Amino acid sequence: MRAQPRDTGREEAALEASLAAVWSSRPGLLGWLTTVDHKAIGRRYIVTAFLFLALGGVLALLMRWQLAQPEGRLLGPDRYNQVFTMHGTTMMFLFAVPVMEAMGVYLVPLMVGTRNIAFPRLNAFSYWVYLFGGALLWIAFLLDMAPDVGWFAYVPLAGPQYGPGKRADIWAQMITFTEVSALAVAVGLVVTVFKQRAPGMSLDRIPLFVWAMLVTSFVVILAMPSIVLASTALILDRLVGTQFFNPAAGGDVLLWQHLFWFFGHPEVYIIFIPAVGMVSTILATFCRRPVFGYLAMVLALVGTGLLAFGLWVHHMFTTGLPRLGESFFTASSMAIAVPSGLQIFCWLATLWGARPRLTVPMLYVLAFLFTFVLGGMTGVMVASVPLDTQLHDSFFVVAHFHYVLVGGAVFPLLGAIHYWYPKLTGRLMEERLGRWAWGLVFGGFNLAFFPMHLLGLWGMPRRVYTYPPELPWGGLNLFSSLSAALLAAGFLLFFWNAWRSARHGEAAGPDPWGAGTLEWATSSPPPPWNFTRIPVVEGADPLRDSPDALKVAAGLRLDRRELLLTSVMAAEPEARESSPRDSVWPLLAAIATTAMLIWSIFTPWAVVWGAIPVAATLIFWFWPRGTPEDES
Amino acid sequence: MNGAAQSALAPGGAEAAAILSLFWPVTALLGAIWLAVLLVLALGLWRRPGAAPRRAGLAVGAATAGTVLVVIGLTLASYLVTRPLSAAAEAPLVVQVQGRQWWWQVTYPAEGDAPGFTTANELRLPLGRPVRLELAAADVIHSFWVPNLAGKQDMIPGRDNALLLTPRQAGIFRAQCAEFCGMQHARMALPVVVQPAAEFARWRAGQAAPAAAEALAVAGRQVFESRQCSACHTVRGSEAAGSTGPDLTHLASRETLGAGLLPMTRGALAAWTADPQTLKPGNNMPLVPLTADELQALTEFLALLR
Ligand code: HEC
Ligand SMILES: [Cu+2]
Repeated sequence: MRAQPRDTGREEAALEASLAAVWSSRPGLLGWLTTVDHKAIGRRYIVTAFLFLALGGVLALLMRWQLAQPEGRLLGPDRYNQVFTMHGTTMMFLFAVPVMEAMGVYLVPLMVGTRNIAFPRLNAFSYWVYLFGGALLWIAFLLDMAPDVGWFAYVPLAGPQYGPGKRADIWAQMITFTEVSALAVAVGLVVTVFKQRAPGMSLDRIPLFVWAMLVTSFVVILAMPSIVLASTALILDRLVGTQFFNPAAGGDVLLWQHLFWFFGHPEVYIIFIPAVGMVSTILATFCRRPVFGYLAMVLALVGTGLLAFGLWVHHMFTTGLPRLGESFFTASSMAIAVPSGLQIFCWLATLWGARPRLTVPMLYVLAFLFTFVLGGMTGVMVASVPLDTQLHDSFFVVAHFHYVLVGGAVFPLLGAIHYWYPKLTGRLMEERLGRWAWGLVFGGFNLAFFPMHLLGLWGMPRRVYTYPPELPWGGLNLFSSLSAALLAAGFLLFFWNAWRSARHGEAAGPDPWGAGTLEWATSSPPPPWNFTRIPVVEGADPLRDSPDALKVAAGLRLDRRELLLTSVMAAEPEARESSPRDSVWPLLAAIATTAMLIWSIFTPWAVVWGAIPVAATLIFWFWPRGTPEDES
Repeated sequence: MNGAAQSALAPGGAEAAAILSLFWPVTALLGAIWLAVLLVLALGLWRRPGAAPRRAGLAVGAATAGTVLVVIGLTLASYLVTRPLSAAAEAPLVVQVQGRQWWWQVTYPAEGDAPGFTTANELRLPLGRPVRLELAAADVIHSFWVPNLAGKQDMIPGRDNALLLTPRQAGIFRAQCAEFCGMQHARMALPVVVQPAAEFARWRAGQAAPAAAEALAVAGRQVFESRQCSACHTVRGSEAAGSTGPDLTHLASRETLGAGLLPMTRGALAAWTADPQTLKPGNNMPLVPLTADELQALTEFLALLR
């Protein structure tokens, strides 16, 4: 056997040159389409998700405009029903879940000190499928064919009898796209965290954000099958005349709700848990101390992930289930306050006397605490069966979940974007613009959504395209709509800042915040191979524990993409493994999958004939090309 | 109808009052906790720099234990409030309400001497007597919600749900469908009239009778029977016996027209009959082309259905 080039003892410059030779993507469009670099994919994912946020936000503004006055005339009932369905579907399936996974795709490999995500081609495939699914939904909207049955698509309204046309099919199939892409990412992240951590990063040294993404990925893997089942059954009911949900033929309407919420409630935590990880990361950096109670925090994350599966019935308190059973779900729903509370108390202890630098990311963390805790309180209220019978499906609930999702997830996310922006682009976001945007977003949000609590108590139901003038709802609705304009202005500023800073921002250097986690150990933005030498971790806060020079591991081959596998518990080096090269097949497989899924809206035979190109692309994707076995 | 006719904060019934009596203390308690968290946050930021607090572990533990206690307390409290809400009352008045896209069918079964009858788009209840509403859905899921009287209860195809309530205050409340049910979900409301028992009994007797003789005598009756109207609507005493639309036997005695859409006036009746699709786009009553004379005759007939 020929001697293989290794990184041991090489000069830095020579080493980087050989790494660049194997890890860089081809230049130009082809490179863009074939890359499997988790950073390129992650960045793309993030940008796309924010694009959908902007689109969903425009829909929100349309709704606020329509509701600003009684008998509004901007949107008719048909258009309004499409708009609110699109808003919910876009925000949940095309923005919130993907953006959190995208942050994981970009950050987790960097934070655990490896060179690429596990299954990088699957990761690329996931992005394309997500993009095509989102495009399907929005093209349908532009063609006036968007789903109009709510993001929850309750049957029988979404069933064959009451949901004619292709609108509900487009919704159900779009779900399939997002299921596939979410599962693909989740699997990659789990394996990355379990097997590719830097040597020495034992379980108790994993950064909290990585723990959060790990728990989230498991929640994705466990929750998605339920919606796969539900949406498949819906498509079958609509397309081939099965009767899963038709009570006249022995089907059950509530079955849909159980399946949907068994997925739908954990989905909230799929969005929220990563956000919690972001909060912990930002706090630790700007308080210049580790988050108080690492073990408690990890247990709280895991506990939240587990409890997430025991709450779904609280979306169904008014469907007439047995009262005692419902009370059980009151208890479990309120119990989620315990791990959430624990985390909040730990953060308060971290902040206590730490005199954090009030940078924009920190401001978002403070906004998060203010808003999310309030949303948590109203969450306890809607968990109570008697209170929920009044609050359910009213504007109170609209207020509640926007407090939890925007306050609990979007605020931390905006903070996280400011925080990791230098890593993503090499430049800092402009601070003064960032503060203005923060003020508008935080203020505008609370002014727009707080009044909705009251509207709900005054009897205003959700999902109404208008209301009569004799009901006393006009004033607060107008106030809320005007405040929504402030919120929108804040987002506009944020986008402007992100856009401008990419070109004109101050250069950041590898570690502008003096943070402690590994992603800051490499340049900003990192090279395609992430780390020129694989770092070795000796504490929970590697960069702070050994500020001068990180220990590094050596012995990786340089003539192919190679990364280090370590053991699950102690992260002891186990093997060197090759990491796949760029490939166009994930893109082609995604195109074939898209064709099959869209075609199958029209005929069930598409599943048969459409599977052939999918199978073909998969065969080429996995065709063995003489990659040698991995070595221990 | 006053401004508080559809509000959970202005209870006119025992159940809504019980829920509200839980709502305020819970809101106060949770609001206080929220303020306490913000206060600790502010203090923590204010404090002079120093090491992490010494007894932080204890404080975090105590606060978590406190959370557990609050959760247990609130679970018990909400269970205790729930129980009487679903306890069967003695001899309640039974009324069947069926949700339809986008109106309500209301049936009073025979009770003692009082015969049963079906009407639509208005619910009347005697003051002070417990009521058992049997809730059903004809097409998709709807939800029955009259916030002043009780919490909501879904109407689900293939399932029999019930809602118990006891009105304690006379007046006109407004119910509104609370589960998204399609195109005109926003225009699916229902006046709920609570009146003293004697008045209710009179109303009930009147509703059970066939349509007023003076209405059946006018020319508009023939138009109604001969045009498509009779295929969908029932007017007891005439040949019209359709059931896909609301029963119109005593239409003009209702507070509103079109499931809470318009106050019941002659003008509203004419406008609806002439073009229901402009007033309530997408609803299940088609535009029936009529000459001006037919429209006038029909309106006269409908207005006499007292
Ligand atoms: C295809 C069936 C159909 C036909 C034909 C039809 N209607 Fe209707 N009608 C309905 C339905 C359904 C509603 C309830 C609409 C809603 O509120 O959503 C309704 C509602 C009404 C109402 C309001 C009832 C209330 O309780 O407020 C009136 C009045 C009425 N129709 C009169 C007429 C007249 C007069 C004609 C003939 C010119 C007619 N309808 C023809 C189905 C029909
Ligand atoms: Cu309805």
